[in-house]
Amino acid sequence: MKLEKTIDNMELVYKKPKTLTDTPMHYCPGCGHGVAHKILMEVVNELGIQEETIGVAPVGCSVFAYDYMNIDMQEAAHGRASAVATGIKRTLPNKYVFSYQGDGDLAAIGTGETVHTINRGENILMIFINNGIYGMTGGQMAPTSLIGMKTSTTPFGREASVMGNPLKITELIAQLPGAFYVTRQSVHTTAAIRKFKKAVEASFKYQKLNKGTCFIEVVSNCPSGWKMTPVEANQWLEKNMFPFYPIGDIKVPK
Amino acid sequence: MTPENTKSEVRLMKGNEAIAEAAFRAEMKAYFGYPITPQSEVLEYLTAHINEHPGVVVLQAESELGAINMIYGASGAGARVMATSSGPGISLMQECFSYMASAQLPALIVNIQRGGPGLGTIQPSQGDYFQAVKGGGHGDYHLIVLAPASVQEMVDFVFEGFKLGEKYRNPVLMLADGALGQMMEKVTLPPKGSLPPNNAPWATTGKSKNRERNIITSLFIQPEEMEEINQKLQAKYREIQEKEVRWEELKTDDAEIVLVAFGLTSRICEKTMDLAREKGIKVGILRPITLFPFPSKPIAKLSEHVKAFFTVEMNAGQMVEDVRLSVNGKRPVHFYGRMGGMIPSPEEILQQVELISEKIQLAEK
Repeated sequence: MKLEKTIDNMELVYKKPKTLTDTPMHYCPGCGHGVAHKILMEVVNELGIQEETIGVAPVGCSVFAYDYMNIDMQEAAHGRASAVATGIKRTLPNKYVFSYQGDGDLAAIGTGETVHTINRGENILMIFINNGIYGMTGGQMAPTSLIGMKTSTTPFGREASVMGNPLKITELIAQLPGAFYVTRQSVHTTAAIRKFKKAVEASFKYQKLNKGTCFIEVVSNCPSGWKMTPVEANQWLEKNMFPFYPIGDIKVPK
Repeated sequence: MTPENTKSEVRLMKGNEAIAEAAFRAEMKAYFGYPITPQSEVLEYLTAHINEHPGVVVLQAESELGAINMIYGASGAGARVMATSSGPGISLMQECFSYMASAQLPALIVNIQRGGPGLGTIQPSQGDYFQAVKGGGHGDYHLIVLAPASVQEMVDFVFEGFKLGEKYRNPVLMLADGALGQMMEKVTLPPKGSLPPNNAPWATTGKSKNRERNIITSLFIQPEEMEEINQKLQAKYREIQEKEVRWEELKTDDAEIVLVAFGLTSRICEKTMDLAREKGIKVGILRPITLFPFPSKPIAKLSEHVKAFFTVEMNAGQMVEDVRLSVNGKRPVHFYGRMGGMIPSPEEILQQVELISEKIQLAEK
């Protein structure tokens, strides 16, 4: 049945923005990616910048982000999304450019690109989905996996003396003069989603000021990788991830 | 635009600087690079003259990895782009060459080769032939590879490289070496405006209302689809092999021994040829100008009348494998190479030519 049929003779109260395609998302039930994609594209639609926005997808679970976002997009090699975004923004300085990356992409294999993109103050938005695990490859340890966290490559829990400590890359890059706006949000409740949306709106507006990089970390979940139900995963998120990765603004424009 | 760019001009220039000036004149939109000897003058020249070229992006990246991925992004956004490096930096770029070949992104990349393997030396070498011609990165792909033998050709191949890359939507590699990069020669610089602009309707410039969104990707998860992409790429490489082979022949008509050499080595071989002919040995030269596509057919044709081939390279014997494939056992193929940054002299190549000539005479007795 066509979507329009289901609302026949009823009042249409919500409509998917034209900045999202009709392709069904491949994400697992309860995953935060779908919500983050939707909010991002809602903002692009509401600001009326669909024609001026170019996105860069990473390698990771959101590798197919370009299938869902109805805008011009490029798919980067693992870790290189912010370098690719730099190349786009430098040659098309009047466009809005964002990268969308996971923890492995942004904070492990792409750390060099991440730090230097922000250090140059590239006028782009970087969205960083941190769920403390490599979802796409089957639940291996991420740079942001918590101490004691069990993953398929830390079956007895992450041990700092062997595997190092979880990397607070967001606090790290907030120190750089090139970072203009740095915030940590989540998308696991309605209230959290509203705050995330405000951060995305602010970031696109800031991009026109040409004053540096906007960086939004989304502390998210991975029900499949964490081996939990979506509800359990969100509870675990609040109990374990938030104390180490506290939600809130880290650097706001003066 | 400065007035001198608008007309053709003759200058005495270093190879690396000539590449940079040619790139400005070929209306390159963006350059991303990282310092490495013996090619750092490219970035230095570009940054010194950037103010004369408003709108051109020149950026020193944090690494060759960063630089080549900026190239990917800028090329995907429709810009005419160039990166330059030397062996160790080119090794880092190989990952992205594979992505760019698959996503069909044009770009000009220049390798001013130095002696390897490893950190090696900063002296000239041709040790990156395999890497340039046979892939280097993962998967089935080819770069179009141009091998200049003079500073003038470094200038010409900047224009030619942009043109070929944009025509076939494929990365182009200019494979030069440290000596060509560092030496000064007289060059004629073409005027600005002699290359048509890059037409890239596929680029991610922002989805306008009158077209579908543009996606730059190398990910095709269904094997059936990925095979189809591969078949398209292979068809493109076959077309390039049919249409774009370039080579030069010197005195091959009456030659008994044909020297096969590319780049700087071919110029050393020219001197050897003259010395050999003074001694009555009929030597000719075939110089591959495109290394991919390789001039297999002209070599095969020569193998019908010459008595032997002699490949000279500044490596342990890389292009000689393609020469042997082309000759296909019809004639002997000899090899001489110097490695690690050493340049062969015309006289030491001549000694080898004399030995080959003696062998031919013995066989004919």
